Amino acid sequence: MTITHDLLVWLSKSFGLFYLIGLSLIVLVYTYWPANQKPFEHAAQAILDDDDKPYRG
Amino acid sequence: MIAQLTKSERQSALVILLALAVVGLAMAAGGRHDPFGVHGAIVLLAAILGIFGVISGYYAPEPSPDRLDSYYDSPTKFGIIVAMVWAVIGMAVGDWVAWLLAYPEWTFDAAWASFGRLRPVHTSGVIFGFGGNALIATSFYVMQRTTRARLPDQLTPWFVLFGYNLFCIIAATGYLMGVTQSREYAEPEWYADIWLVIVWVTYFILYMRVLARRQEPHIYVANWYYLAFILVVAMLHIVNNLAMPISWGSAKSYSLFSGVQDAMTQWWYGHNAVAFFLTSGFLGMMYYYMPKRAGRPIYSYRMSIISFWGITFFYMWAGSHHLHYTALPQWVQSLGMTFSVMLLVPSWVSAGNALMTLNGAWHKVRDDATLRFMMVAAVFYGLTTFEGSFMAIRPVNSLSHYTDWTIGHVHAGALGWVAMITFGAIYASVPWLWKRESMYSAKLVEVHFWLALAGTVIYVFAMWNSGIIQGLMWRTYNESGTLAYSFVDSLVAMHPYYIARAVGGAFFLLGAIIGFYNILMTIRSAPSVETQNAADFPVTGPAAAPALQPGE
Ligand code: HEM
Ligand code: HEM
Repeated sequence: MTITHDLLVWLSKSFGLFYLIGLSLIVLVYTYWPANQKPFEHAAQAILDDDDKPYRG
Repeated sequence: MIAQLTKSERQSALVILLALAVVGLAMAAGGRHDPFGVHGAIVLLAAILGIFGVISGYYAPEPSPDRLDSYYDSPTKFGIIVAMVWAVIGMAVGDWVAWLLAYPEWTFDAAWASFGRLRPVHTSGVIFGFGGNALIATSFYVMQRTTRARLPDQLTPWFVLFGYNLFCIIAATGYLMGVTQSREYAEPEWYADIWLVIVWVTYFILYMRVLARRQEPHIYVANWYYLAFILVVAMLHIVNNLAMPISWGSAKSYSLFSGVQDAMTQWWYGHNAVAFFLTSGFLGMMYYYMPKRAGRPIYSYRMSIISFWGITFFYMWAGSHHLHYTALPQWVQSLGMTFSVMLLVPSWVSAGNALMTLNGAWHKVRDDATLRFMMVAAVFYGLTTFEGSFMAIRPVNSLSHYTDWTIGHVHAGALGWVAMITFGAIYASVPWLWKRESMYSAKLVEVHFWLALAGTVIYVFAMWNSGIIQGLMWRTYNESGTLAYSFVDSLVAMHPYYIARAVGGAFFLLGAIIGFYNILMTIRSAPSVETQNAADFPVTGPAAAPALQPGE
């Protein structure tokens, strides 16, 4: 199969459109997923902690 | 420095350096009739210096296991100093080419001093030398703090930093000798490109190793931005530099692409270099240092995630706005234009998120020039992205393209955003890194801030004016339907603005020099025992006291 200009145009106008919409939906769901809020809050706060030592297990 | 490496790391360093020396020797021999040979000699020299360095510290006692109780910050310290060296070099050359545009005869009749050779020394010097080193240095700092994991070994970060700077030196010396691929921001030739791939993949793997050792379940968003920077730059660099050298002994190569595909590949690269080098990485810097310095968490963590993905998805498609009204198919231009306009949304979400983080801490912004650097950076980020989205609209671009308006846009971003956020991050981290209470002189930070702001405003306003005048002159017709002005007429009209820009640039450069002096004096001042800023102190135990390692 040769990749023609028309094929690329068709791909970008069909698949190209929907996969970007799909990715956006995935991101929005991930961002607003209730169970994710706690780790997000924690991460945002944790960088302010002044405990400047690496963890040693 | 060598004393910080374990025995086996010292051995590995020697092996790497010996291999590098062999490569350098082969290059020097194979390319003795070509600039390629000069680069071989530089590589060989760098390797030999490295070998001497390692040998001189080879029998130092091994580092104590206590080192694992603190983060490994020596590479960050080194990277920050090198970034400042490049800042001064890159901006001095920038101001030099700015004067050259006002007085083109100042080239001493020497090939190396021509505008075409010095200009890429400026762009690579500031973007890769200054920006790149600052990004690598701060990323080492941030990745360790946000994951609470120490760098996995001592050798890899040094390999990344030294390897990267070898690339920068090869690039800059090459331009002076006339070695270039003629691809903007990707001028270095094939051998330098291959070397950068090796360094960059090592950098990426190092980052992944740190993330794999992390103690925080969620990866803090700054790391996402840094990682996007590393990963996408690798991808862009490899594809855009696919080329065939004319021989093993020559610096010259030919791109695998041609015609309009070549142009599209280059600007897919070029625009994403703006996106992932000059934006994403520095956003990572901002998302760590700004909340840290302001003492407040980021205003909306969710917004930072959404804008991350928005920026990552949209930028990929925007490159064709550099090729409006060319042989590129119309629909590809329209695609780039549409995505550029959409890009405004995640860009302003980021800028707004930063400013909202400061909302409630304005008194700190007023008193603290370091935080003010970061705030002004966020404002210029908002301004530049608005301007960019506007310039990407085809009819607007017909006015702005080829004019100084583009240069104004570039430097609103480069001076106002990239350099300001970097100076803010550096001023924040220098006292933390060297365990000082504060910078040597808060006054000098203040002076630097005002010089930088004045320089940026002068530069950008001069270029906006000259750009619009230029654009309008080129499209003004007289009654008989021919062009009213010749090109030289427009050139004469530019002259005062070019002088203004060069003066603004001199302010900015002077600020950077003062900043560098202040940093060096901070390092030379006595470490504080009782520090106010506990940010960088291990909490307990004498073992964790901030002992200076030998060689620091
Ligand atoms: C002292 C400050 C600076 C001065 C005086 C300066 C001056 C200049 C000049 C005269 C040019 C050539 C313009 C032309 O060809 O018409 C230029 C181009 C450029 N500079 Fe700077 N510059 C400075 C700082 C910076 C910084 C800090 C960065 C990046 C972080 C930067 C990035 C660039 C880029 C990307 C270009 C190429 C623009 C294009 O091709 O459209 N500059 N600069
Ligand atoms: C929403 C974000 C942005 C958009 C849509 C955008 C759009 C544009 C457009 C349309 C051009 C002119 C292309 C031409 O006529 O040749 C341009 C040039 C440029 N922009 Fe932006 N811009 C954005 C943000 C930034 C930022 C934050 C920087 C950071 C420093 C930046 C750096 C540059 C550079 C270096 C060039 C010159 C490229 C060259 O011709 O060498 N841009 N941008």
